[in-house]
Amino acid sequence: MSSLNIRNLRKSFGAVEVLKGINIEARTGEFIALVGPSGCGKSTLLAMIAGLESVSEGEIRIGDRLVNSVAPKDRDIAMVFQSYALYPTMTVRENITFGMESRGVPKPQRDEAVKRVAALLQIEPLLKRKPGQLSGGQRQRVAMGRALVRDPKLFLFDEPLSNLDAKLRVDMRTEIKKLHHRVGKTTVYVTHDQVEAMTLASRIAVMHQGQVQQFDEPQVVYDRPANMFVAGFMGSPAMNFIPATLTTDAEGKPAVSFKATGGTAVLTLQDGISPGAAGRDVILGVRPEHIFRYSHELKASKKSIASVDAPVEMVEPTGAETIGLMRFGELEVTGRFDPDEAPRMGETITLGIDMSHACLFDPVTRNLI
Amino acid sequence: MSTVPMDAGRNSASGAPGPTWRERLARISPILILAPSLAASFVYIFVFTIWTLYISLSNSSLLPSYGFIGLDNYVSLWSNRRWNIAYSNLFFFSAFYIVGAMGIGLLLAILIDQRVRGEAIWRTIFLYPLAVSFIVTGTVWSWLYNPTDGIQMLVRSLGWTHFNFALASDRSTAIYAIIITGIWQSSGFAMALFLAGLRSVDQDLIKAAQIDGASTFRTYRRVILPIISPIFLAVAVVQIQFAIKTFDLVAALTRGGPGISTTFPAIYVYDLMFQRGQIGEGAAAAMMMLAALAVVLVPYALFVVWRHRRESRP
Repeated sequence: MSSLNIRNLRKSFGAVEVLKGINIEARTGEFIALVGPSGCGKSTLLAMIAGLESVSEGEIRIGDRLVNSVAPKDRDIAMVFQSYALYPTMTVRENITFGMESRGVPKPQRDEAVKRVAALLQIEPLLKRKPGQLSGGQRQRVAMGRALVRDPKLFLFDEPLSNLDAKLRVDMRTEIKKLHHRVGKTTVYVTHDQVEAMTLASRIAVMHQGQVQQFDEPQVVYDRPANMFVAGFMGSPAMNFIPATLTTDAEGKPAVSFKATGGTAVLTLQDGISPGAAGRDVILGVRPEHIFRYSHELKASKKSIASVDAPVEMVEPTGAETIGLMRFGELEVTGRFDPDEAPRMGETITLGIDMSHACLFDPVTRNLI
Repeated sequence: MSTVPMDAGRNSASGAPGPTWRERLARISPILILAPSLAASFVYIFVFTIWTLYISLSNSSLLPSYGFIGLDNYVSLWSNRRWNIAYSNLFFFSAFYIVGAMGIGLLLAILIDQRVRGEAIWRTIFLYPLAVSFIVTGTVWSWLYNPTDGIQMLVRSLGWTHFNFALASDRSTAIYAIIITGIWQSSGFAMALFLAGLRSVDQDLIKAAQIDGASTFRTYRRVILPIISPIFLAVAVVQIQFAIKTFDLVAALTRGGPGISTTFPAIYVYDLMFQRGQIGEGAAAAMMMLAALAVVLVPYALFVVWRHRRESRP
């Protein structure tokens, strides 16, 4: 049973096709994040699910009902807008009850619902105020209250945290997650922030240029990105891409080689991977956290570690960790180090690379091998 | 608490070297620039109002004189039937004119806001009357209302030989002729302001109302119109002062007639001051016009202050 099913959905504005065949399906109670850079079509997709944009082709089902041409109010959805879209001339209470009022719900029932939602979101003291008298975080809560009071089949969030300052954003993120656990409603959440997507979602749809690049669980999207776009978009600092050639190491196992600063580096691939014949060009993708200072103890405890020598060009301490920029031939490679074993600028460091987490991409199709 | 020194602002003022001439110029230049217009406003509004008030209490006739005679001018003014008609005409006209122009203006704005085709053309058509002066409007409409060569004549020539349309020539309906003409002239202005307001409303609010299940009517009534309520005030204030100084429209349309049925205070003041040489009584009439304005605006100003106080309370 799925509560949202999108099949081969297309949207064109004139000659410009902004969505090119989207397929997404959400199981009941699931939290789906639509993530991608601006202009990727994620907000258009959400507006189409809400019924605020018409469908050019394909179908949208909510529950088991085809809703392509159903008016927004009849879709049994609730939406939280980026701007919150609270009615400025109404009090918080009126904002929350406006939907029920429009649908002719009797007053005792409305009061009951407001009481329940206000308690859930802890906004009872604010009910008599106008939105202009609330802080950003309080407005955010009221906007969620307005959505929650409806008890809809589907929640839609359009970048709800992007107008908050950094600290509040983290707090509200946690709260949204708790809330989703408690309420258990199917949710579609649009964001351009990959951290939000990772922390909140049960599955992430990474979008780019009107297409879903990958639709999977957060850890899978992170560990095994379907292509170089997903690999580069998810994670900060971004994954390092190193052009390399397939070869074999001294023991005859499959390996990749590339030009490093002191000569050619040969890194043995993890056992069991046979990406093709020697001589094939590939792109090696390594996340910064899988690059660290090499030591023999590490090598002894973990067999999949390969080592490379590289000069350190720049060091950026952030407190919890230190970001180092190293030179591999013509490339710059980023690594995340424990502050205790951080490299110093100008030093030539022997790096350990955890090959068990490395990804290989095809340089032409840019897809994961 | 922050540790910013509380006297940070004072330091620069009392600090070692005094302000340079450049800083002084920067501080004083806004005052210099505003001074002439402030002075002019002060003289034209306050000084002349007070002067008029004094004249209204004096025995001025053809020329201003300063013999104090108390409220005699007011007593004489209010005992005149023509003034009483003029004053009640003013309230009657203002009420219908303002409500009518705002109502029609709002309706037109909402219709155009529905993304009609050729929006710019409609906007221009409805805004056009505003470009015409009241004198021209009055003259043209006086032809239209004229029974022998206006609308009545046209319809009768089409075959309805008993058609009657002579609003402006009947003393009981002439005031409606003026109201209709006034509305025709200024509903486009109201429309333009309302349309600008409607367009400034955040589209997300309308989408939110759509998802909330509100009908178009309810969305306008409960969401959009309350947001643009300040515009209602702006339109009303502009039209109230149009209404109270109404002179040229009436002068061109009915000349206060038939009889004295469409006399307006502004016409009456002009008559007293410049035709009959009764400047004292004319000034008293002018003060009564000011009082009419105050009757509307003072309660409103108090209301705004009260509402502001109430909302700024936590």
